[in-house]
Amino acid sequence: MNIIVFLKQVPDTETQIRITEDKSSIVKDDIKWIINPYDEFAIEEALRIKEKFGGEVTIVSAGPKRVVESIRTALAMGADKGILINDPALDDSDSLAYAKVLSQAVKDLSYDILFTGQRGIDDDNGIVGAAIAEFLGIPHLAVVTKVEISEDQKKVKVHRPVEGQTWVMEAPLPALITAQKGLNEPRYASLPGIMKAKKKPLEEKTLQDLGLDASEFGKDKRKLKVVELNPPPERKPGKIIDGETPEEKAEKLVKLLHEEAKVI
Amino acid sequence: MAKGVMTIAEQRDNDIRKITYEIVSEGRRLADKLGQEQVTVLLGANIKDKVGQIAQYGSDKVIVADDPRLEKYTPDAYVEVISQIVKQYEPQILLLGASAQGKDLSARLSARLNVGMAQDCTRFDIKDGNLVAIRPIYAGKAYATVTYSGESLPQMATARPNVMSMNEPDSGRQFEIIDAEFNLDDSILKTQMVDVIKDEKAKIDLTEADKIVSGGRGMKGPENFKILEELADLIGGTVGASRAAVDAGWRPHSDQVGQTGKVVSPNLYIACGISGAIQHLAGMGTSKIIVAINKDPDAPIFKKADYGVVDDLFKIVPVLTKEIKKMLES
Repeated sequence: MNIIVFLKQVPDTETQIRITEDKSSIVKDDIKWIINPYDEFAIEEALRIKEKFGGEVTIVSAGPKRVVESIRTALAMGADKGILINDPALDDSDSLAYAKVLSQAVKDLSYDILFTGQRGIDDDNGIVGAAIAEFLGIPHLAVVTKVEISEDQKKVKVHRPVEGQTWVMEAPLPALITAQKGLNEPRYASLPGIMKAKKKPLEEKTLQDLGLDASEFGKDKRKLKVVELNPPPERKPGKIIDGETPEEKAEKLVKLLHEEAKVI
Repeated sequence: MAKGVMTIAEQRDNDIRKITYEIVSEGRRLADKLGQEQVTVLLGANIKDKVGQIAQYGSDKVIVADDPRLEKYTPDAYVEVISQIVKQYEPQILLLGASAQGKDLSARLSARLNVGMAQDCTRFDIKDGNLVAIRPIYAGKAYATVTYSGESLPQMATARPNVMSMNEPDSGRQFEIIDAEFNLDDSILKTQMVDVIKDEKAKIDLTEADKIVSGGRGMKGPENFKILEELADLIGGTVGASRAAVDAGWRPHSDQVGQTGKVVSPNLYIACGISGAIQHLAGMGTSKIIVAINKDPDAPIFKKADYGVVDDLFKIVPVLTKEIKKMLES
């Protein structure tokens, strides 16, 4: 089976987000960049399917040169080749624009199943996966914790947890699946894997290489415009409940929750 | 010309979900600011008797798409039907809930309609006649104010559950019921829901919970979460966990609150033995009241807490449960 995994590079979860003075963006110096954690589950699942059924895993991403490092990490985990769409004209585009570029990059490749993370932990949109599927005209199954490919390799069945229940959904292949935490435990790249990854093909392309018009992308062409970014609203300073005994503290806390906060 | 607010209702097993009332209430406020009407769309099978309970929160019209193929959610059928209705009515604003179903539906629908989409918003306003939305990004480490390019219509957004205040239902409200006109060709229905597995313990999902009692590394082991379960049961809450507790295997992934878990906004969040790593604080920072119980007075969680108790959680939580019980009984 030929499998495509869309990967996004995001700031590490430990990152303290700072906002630029003009409020248009976050400060990107000194950020440690990682593979989007949900995309790691996507890569792992792709590798497991490849190990079971054979075929190739292709990693596809869009972003600046630094993303090469994340793609190499995925290749070191066991993926076969990488494609990076690296074009400054794409900077600050919105989710739909990225989905258009990524779908254009794979539309002429041979694929049976496509994976990506359920959302990027940076913009928290969760749009790109479903939008790629829409632009390719194939079904998508989102936020998935279990994937079963049928014996004849024509269908996929997934588990999709929602509030209070799990939906078991099925779609014919090719289909796009977005990975949720719980799907698997992603492997670490082995040392031989890292050595091999250096020799695996990694192609860089521009929008023009994909037959796209660069003037259709970028900040000015966003459909969803960012007016400004702000830090989260400050919470008012809290109270530390004092008391001699646990009983006294608990009693005071209950009184405050009931009378002041009115939440119980 | 695009006009009015369209809200998409959500039902499961023919029960209207609470998020519907939240977005219809918010849709009403936005429609009033624009001086326009609110149309709510309901998809399902044998669902018409539910329109009244939705409209009482502020719909002027309810469009019902009633078809056996719409009984259970699939992105294929729902996106097709809703996009046809949107094209007929040309609303200026299209509002959905950021529930599991709503997030999935809205993502694909925005691509079908080729419009900008603001996911999981916590506030809406109208400025110069256009929708402006505020949405947390980086799981709440920053807030983005967003709006739309001129040609991106409808102005589409989803609202985070538990955030939009609900209107007082008006059972006497006048509204119009309209049968939706749509074509749904079986050949496009590729995705199917083949089974539904109910959770063993019927518990309210963290994203929708009114109260959450969460445990972290300080819980020391899975067996100790029992004291949190008891407290949660008493106050009608749900138990959550930090990433440390989930990665240790003490709690399922679905319980995780934080940047790589669920982002929650309950009325009351009680953090027990949680130090407050930045990823966790991001995921629960929009909770209305935060209580922290931790024996380390320097734990970062205390900076976010409205009420902090510096003590051993194993001493505090059981007596807290006892005190609340006493208060509820009196």
